[in-house]
Amino acid sequence: MAQVTLGKAINTGLRAAMEGDSKIVIMGEDVGKLGGVFRVTDGLQKDFGESRVIDTPLSESGIIGTAIGMALRGYRPVCEIQFDGFVYPAYDQIVSQLAKIHYRSNGLCPMPVTVRIPYGGGIGAVEHHSESPEAYFAHTAGLKVVSPSNPVDAYFMIQQAIACNDPVIFFEPKRRYWEKADLDMSQTPVGLHDARIVRPGSDVTVVAYGPMVKTALDAAAAAEAERRDLEVIDLRSMSPIDWPVLLGSVRKTGRLVVVHEASVFLGVGAEIAARVSERAFYSLEAPVLRVGGFATPYPPSRLEEDYLPDLDRVLDAVDRALAF
Amino acid sequence: MPESASAGPLSFPPSPAVPSSVSTPGPELVQLLTPEGERVTHPDYDVHLGDGEYRDLYRDLVLVRRIDVEATALQRQGELGIWASLLGQEAAQVGSGRALQPGDFAFPTYREHGVAWCRGVDPLKLLGLFRGVSNGGWDPHEHNFNLYTIIIGSQTLHATGYAMGVQRDGAEDAVVAYFGDGASSQGDVNEAFIWASVFNAPVVFFCQNNQWAISEPLERQTRIPLYLRASGFGFPGVRVDGNDVLAVLAVTRAALRRAREGSGPTLIEAFTYRMGAHTTSDDPTRYRLQSDLEAWKLKDPLERMKAFLYKQQLADAAFFAEVEQAADELAARVRHGCLTMADPEPLAIFDAVYAEGSSLIDEEREQLAAYLAAFEPTAEGRSS
Repeated sequence: MAQVTLGKAINTGLRAAMEGDSKIVIMGEDVGKLGGVFRVTDGLQKDFGESRVIDTPLSESGIIGTAIGMALRGYRPVCEIQFDGFVYPAYDQIVSQLAKIHYRSNGLCPMPVTVRIPYGGGIGAVEHHSESPEAYFAHTAGLKVVSPSNPVDAYFMIQQAIACNDPVIFFEPKRRYWEKADLDMSQTPVGLHDARIVRPGSDVTVVAYGPMVKTALDAAAAAEAERRDLEVIDLRSMSPIDWPVLLGSVRKTGRLVVVHEASVFLGVGAEIAARVSERAFYSLEAPVLRVGGFATPYPPSRLEEDYLPDLDRVLDAVDRALAF
Repeated sequence: MPESASAGPLSFPPSPAVPSSVSTPGPELVQLLTPEGERVTHPDYDVHLGDGEYRDLYRDLVLVRRIDVEATALQRQGELGIWASLLGQEAAQVGSGRALQPGDFAFPTYREHGVAWCRGVDPLKLLGLFRGVSNGGWDPHEHNFNLYTIIIGSQTLHATGYAMGVQRDGAEDAVVAYFGDGASSQGDVNEAFIWASVFNAPVVFFCQNNQWAISEPLERQTRIPLYLRASGFGFPGVRVDGNDVLAVLAVTRAALRRAREGSGPTLIEAFTYRMGAHTTSDDPTRYRLQSDLEAWKLKDPLERMKAFLYKQQLADAAFFAEVEQAADELAARVRHGCLTMADPEPLAIFDAVYAEGSSLIDEEREQLAAYLAAFEPTAEGRSS
């Protein structure tokens, strides 16, 4: 079985989707000859042509706005926003149009549009290239928001996102693009919005998504040396959230730590903490703790190691949860 | 180097003063019917219609104005939350709407009631939006007429993307994107111009320049006539008398033909006037002169078509009486339909948020249903 990187897995998933449905088009800046700045669309224009892999003007609102029009015409656009911090010019089209057209049309106009966004830090980039804006989109009704953490999920989730008749914001953990795994394309994937226990444990539940799943798993491995048994959940979908898996785990461990790169304040972790305290109050042995970015703009890259959650900060939260 | 030394070849000329042509059209204005109803010729544009077709255009103008008047009255009586009147823009909308072929697709703003009429959308469905029983109201694909788009200018990108889809289908349909003078300042409209231009998309940008963006005059949006903007984007622009239904029909037909033939986008500036308020919530007496309105009343799109029909002996008093009666009947139907329009059920809040559902929506629907069910039923329905 071939080892593939996360980036290549998405590329392979895009190719498989395009082979199966001639209405799928890829739109974005530099997605054609260059294959995207992260090469995720490498080779697709060569094989599917310029009318299906479209190098667009540098105009993010234009990418989403025209994708909406193409979807109304029966196409299934997959848009690439080059970097997380570049999505804001398209924010209006995503929030006011893409997310609302199915509702506005009382179900007559589905919007099968996938918006791929490489996100998160850890690559030493300049400003606007390391952000985690998922909460803005998870807060918007009408959108679905997901993020794979590994190559196998990436391969299947991109195809599920494209096949979905709702708009899906697909956050790609850019610092994990080069992580490798064995990819068995014949397996049956779980649902796009299903969370998954990636490491069973009994002492503390650690929930993460995207780039932080590896961090959580590393923390769990380190905790093992101290005979602490962490259960790690890969959330996979930030909207909707798979509450049964999460609540089931918390009812077992009694302790929950949420990890994401985005600012903790009003982040996905805030929603998780609130819901878990509503639904599993009597199971909790400690308050739900959150580990994430600070309430600052993303700092210069020489400071990002101090900004981003890492193994030690996750373990620190685990310690605090266990101290209750 | 002292700054004065750079004067000469490196210096730029001062920006020109705002030309009067921004707000006062000259000979570039395409016109086939004078405000007095005289038929005039134009070297580039013309229409040849049968007698009945001329009469039908007039009938459309009268009926859409009547829908508008009735809707305004319904708002004043509290039956609509708000209404955006098309008063004065009937010719721009009927002329362009009647230029469309069945396969063409139109992307309106929230004021295109006349185009909706031409596309066969029941006026009552428009009223549903303004009454607040729906955010949309009709099937865009049944009429090839998109839902009203309230955010200014967004739909121009949708139209361009739709046109790119038409290209990929190898179809010969054209697309028209409606917007106003205010929208011409939006980034999305300018992006749509760029996309349509570089992809040579079969889309017609139809700008109804009605001189006002709520209270802001045209001078706040542009220093050059709007139709000239097109040249900077690499496609033709044309300025047409927006109160002349025949000229609008001719110009729009030509632009749609151009799009179908693969020659790319065209910008049409339909020069017209918003004779009413921006919406029923607006008060134009605070920002514009009554005398301007009076001047535009002399260019009324209905009156000039009526004068034309009389002068050409295309219609008689019986015809005009029959149109008036049809308008009365339409108004009565619109009024009755509006008054009897039912509110949606509370749980409809959750309908169609997603095409494939969502566990979150299911959960919240159940919560609201349980909450509502907790109230004791009374003879009048829910107790308070």
